[in-house]
Amino acid sequence: MAVTALPRDLDAVVGAPMSYWRTVAWRLGRDPATLVAAAVLALIALSALLAPWLAPYDPSAGSIRLRLAPVGAPAHVLGTDEQGRDMLTRLLWGGRMTLVAGLTPVLVAFVVGTALGVLAGYIGGLTNTLVMRTMDIFYAFPAVLLAIAISGALGPGLPNTLISLSIVFVPRVVRVAESATVQVKSLEYIAAARASGAGVRAIVRHHLLANVLGPILVFASTQVSLSIILAAGLSFLGLGVTPPAAEWGLMLNTLRQSIYVNALVPALPGLAIFITSMAFNLLSDGLRDAMEIRA
Amino acid sequence: MWGYVGRRLALAIPTLLGASVIVFAMVHLAPGDPIAAVLPVDASKEQVELVKKAYGFDKPLPVQYLKWLGRVATGDLGKSIATRRAVILDVRDSLANSLVLALSSSLLAFMLGIALGLLAAFCQGRWVDKAASVLAVIGVSVPHYWAGIILIIVFSVWLNWLPAMGAANDPGLREYLRHIALPTVALALIPLGVITRVVRSAALDVLNQEFVLALRAKGLVSRRVFTHVVKNAAPQILTVLGLQFGFQLGGSVLVEAVFSWPGTGYLLNLAIFQRDIPVLQGVILVLAAFFVLLNLAVDLLQTLVDPRIARH
Repeated sequence: MAVTALPRDLDAVVGAPMSYWRTVAWRLGRDPATLVAAAVLALIALSALLAPWLAPYDPSAGSIRLRLAPVGAPAHVLGTDEQGRDMLTRLLWGGRMTLVAGLTPVLVAFVVGTALGVLAGYIGGLTNTLVMRTMDIFYAFPAVLLAIAISGALGPGLPNTLISLSIVFVPRVVRVAESATVQVKSLEYIAAARASGAGVRAIVRHHLLANVLGPILVFASTQVSLSIILAAGLSFLGLGVTPPAAEWGLMLNTLRQSIYVNALVPALPGLAIFITSMAFNLLSDGLRDAMEIRA
Repeated sequence: MWGYVGRRLALAIPTLLGASVIVFAMVHLAPGDPIAAVLPVDASKEQVELVKKAYGFDKPLPVQYLKWLGRVATGDLGKSIATRRAVILDVRDSLANSLVLALSSSLLAFMLGIALGLLAAFCQGRWVDKAASVLAVIGVSVPHYWAGIILIIVFSVWLNWLPAMGAANDPGLREYLRHIALPTVALALIPLGVITRVVRSAALDVLNQEFVLALRAKGLVSRRVFTHVVKNAAPQILTVLGLQFGFQLGGSVLVEAVFSWPGTGYLLNLAIFQRDIPVLQGVILVLAAFFVLLNLAVDLLQTLVDPRIARH
């Protein structure tokens, strides 16, 4: 781990070596693209969180006379949608739904997938074969198709979106967790721990998990942007969040017909999805580089 | 080598069977009655039983599954509840349209992605490299359905150059190309981003190996070094190309919905909203089978290009 000896960090170089996580944090702090992405995400998350207080209007209150006001209209900075509802308000509220629908499946996959993958990787044998072959079956479907098929069968609604997207992401995390576990398990220090009498629990908790969580975390972070695009995509198809709720994919869908009247306003929800997903991608790229993990 | 081929073939069969179980279960775990769509709201109990019997929904699930699998194995995917046409016919027609779109978008993404990736690797750190990286991040981050709408706004609404939706009604290559242009570009964005990234890193891996330094040291011109690098990076590039082509087939649902392109995605979308279960099952099963076989082909092709892989 070559830390460049800049005057500022002389202490770190001369004195005790920095801990792994401090090194990672230090590298992240020196990566402008990652910092910008993190700032953008913080802004998006904050505005979604504070939507009820920030939004100038009621998200479901519209007026037929004010339909499709252009961007920059008086009293409606970002215009209005096809029912005359304020776009800025709905974009703020929509971010909540999109973020929840996009982040939850990856979180679920991270927890469930890590548990299953570490279990399969550590125990090995028949358990491993059973778990991994079952996961392989889900790889028979491209992610988009699997999500749409499950959502299509279950019907629309946020809970079903979360279920179908979790089913998409769990097998992916399991694969990464399993292969990381198998790799770490064969290292000498695990054998040493076992020789010194550590139980399975202690080994997994204290020795194994600390070394596999990094790669799994980085992998999970690369999946967030896909999850957000898919979650909004399901709503876009009418399979996700149901109207009149505000959600970026759904807004894009209902505004699609209006591109001949006003082209800019219908493009806004998609732009929001794009910016969010790009920020997550840049953040996960930065995290991967900082943690020196090769994906 | 042949042992590996045999093993790999044997592994595809349980995967396909598993996929068929998922497709079957998906529909039967779903809420609501699968035959509700064909029956009038005020259907009598006898009528309901009769229709259930006609579709075989009165048998226990495992029996239904085996019967269904037996029929599927002979190419019979059942009849559409909405149109009463054989599902296999609908799937065949739409699959042809989807294949064309997947091929055209893959071709575009492959050519551009490989060129950009190699260019970026050979100009590492310079502005070409940076531009390619930015383009790659945009490619993997953009919601492609939104990109499709933006393309429609620019090329159909503002410039009025290309049609916004559907496949060509009139025969003729020109009209066909005009209709397929926008969906092709929209669908090519994600693979373009992925391929650029993978090609760049694969080429850089090779460039950083000592043999390249040796080649340069003995005075080989850059053009010849280039061939060596491409040859050595080929297996990795090939894998990503194969995978991306598969994703194009199953992943076009959203783009097909945006452009009303009459492919499998469009059919799937229609089936979902009409709750046409046989069509839903048929489309997904055929696409999954296609995807599994494609992955198999990529694996085998990879071993052919680089026999060392079979030993792992």
